[in-house]
Amino acid sequence: MKHAKNNNYSVQHALYLKKIRRNKITVHIVRAAILVAIIGLWELFAQVGVFDPFITSSPSRVATTIADLAGAGTLFYHIGITLMETIVGFVIAVVAGYLIAVLLWLNDGVRRIFEPYIVVLNALPKIALGPLIIIWMGTGYTAIIFMTVLVSIIVCIMNMLAGFVAVDRTKQLLLRSMGAGKGAMLLKLIIPASLPAFMNTLKVAVGLAWIGSIMGEYIVSRAGLGYLIVYGGQVFRLDLVMAATFILCLLAGGMYAVVAVVERVVVKRRGG
Amino acid sequence: MSLKFIDVSYTYHTLSGETLAVENLNFSVEEGQFVCVIGPSGCGKSTILSLAAGLIAPSSGKVERGGGQFGYMLQTDALFPWRTVEENIFLPLEIKKKNTPAMRKNAIALAEKYGLKDFLKKSPSQLSGGMRQRVALIRTLAAQPETLLLDEPFSALDYQTRLAVCDDVHDIIKSEKKTALLVTHDISEAIALSDKVIVLSSRPARVVGEHEIDFGEGSPKKRRNSGNFAAMFEVLRRELGL
Repeated sequence: MKHAKNNNYSVQHALYLKKIRRNKITVHIVRAAILVAIIGLWELFAQVGVFDPFITSSPSRVATTIADLAGAGTLFYHIGITLMETIVGFVIAVVAGYLIAVLLWLNDGVRRIFEPYIVVLNALPKIALGPLIIIWMGTGYTAIIFMTVLVSIIVCIMNMLAGFVAVDRTKQLLLRSMGAGKGAMLLKLIIPASLPAFMNTLKVAVGLAWIGSIMGEYIVSRAGLGYLIVYGGQVFRLDLVMAATFILCLLAGGMYAVVAVVERVVVKRRGG
Repeated sequence: MSLKFIDVSYTYHTLSGETLAVENLNFSVEEGQFVCVIGPSGCGKSTILSLAAGLIAPSSGKVERGGGQFGYMLQTDALFPWRTVEENIFLPLEIKKKNTPAMRKNAIALAEKYGLKDFLKKSPSQLSGGMRQRVALIRTLAAQPETLLLDEPFSALDYQTRLAVCDDVHDIIKSEKKTALLVTHDISEAIALSDKVIVLSSRPARVVGEHEIDFGEGSPKKRRNSGNFAAMFEVLRRELGL
């Protein structure tokens, strides 16, 4: 949004605005410069032989690999598989995690009974369940989606439950004094009041869903970016490893950005 | 008769023991009366309101409630920031399943009568503290309760706002002809507002004095300026043991 030029500002205010703008530009420039420097030095060192490109690959080789993959038509296939696994796992984890958190909130007894199980499941490194998942769910993408859900759902449950419990006591007392039961309390107060916690949960879950899907592909897969990374490592094609990692960076960043935009829209509509 | 406490005692139970919060409490609030309960802080004043509202049941004794609904007003306005002022006022209607066009119209009329017309579509965050507390009162009144229970409704406000809101709330409650039971630890507030002041002891709360207040033509401002104010203040202060 551009502000109309307003000449009524004092000189000091114009200077102040200029300073803010200059700071912002500097941050952007330095940020871009770091990226350019890393890529440039990486390419340069690989070209002149400071690095062995067989071990470190190089930006130009990564670009060629990506172009080759795209040309062979396999690039979008692998991206599609990983993206599907991540998004499906993410959605299942968030929806199921939210519902479980609601159930735990509704029933204090149930919450206390299940608390230690949740704590242990949260602490457990989910990758330890890898062999079990392969045996139970096979080697298809169901196993990977299951891993994705497993990695992200516990945090969804714990985050949302904490959000529900943190809702202002005074507002709860107010609703109780109006004769509200648990259902009305949930719909009128707990769910809307915990919206910021939900947005936060989405952000955390996005990151975890990526960990889950790539980890799942490491353990068992025949396609996907995680598969490309593992395969590339095994056959010592570091170009492939770097290319897949680079694409992964773009996708993960993009998905996080989508969630951030959703958050901004929701908060704005709510009149936060 | 709107509300009557007969030999009411209430004991809190926690793992570390039990606490007698109120003991053999006897008092009554007549219809249309504005009654203030004052007592040292932590003496169980809020417990009395919870008992009156029926949120908790007395351990012994009896709370008699003459028909009609109760409306609760709290220390903080507890307005929901994701709702507009108008939607906040409709909240009790939604909870009590009285969300009919007639009730909504009535609530809007009430809000407009007390100067909230231009604020109805605004967010609570755009309102001043005093204005927010007025919205909280109109919200309490929206479900058309007979009796209002007010738990230190001004204590979260700064002193000047507090004086203004105090008069404001008094005038609205009086002109709507509601019965009110207000708890506070503020002596001058109690004198300014009430038809009757009930003085409680420290915990366990017992009634140590009851005073009908009839000077100052029932207006808080005139009361504060009245020559009787200081004398009444002194009486209550002594009864509170200060």
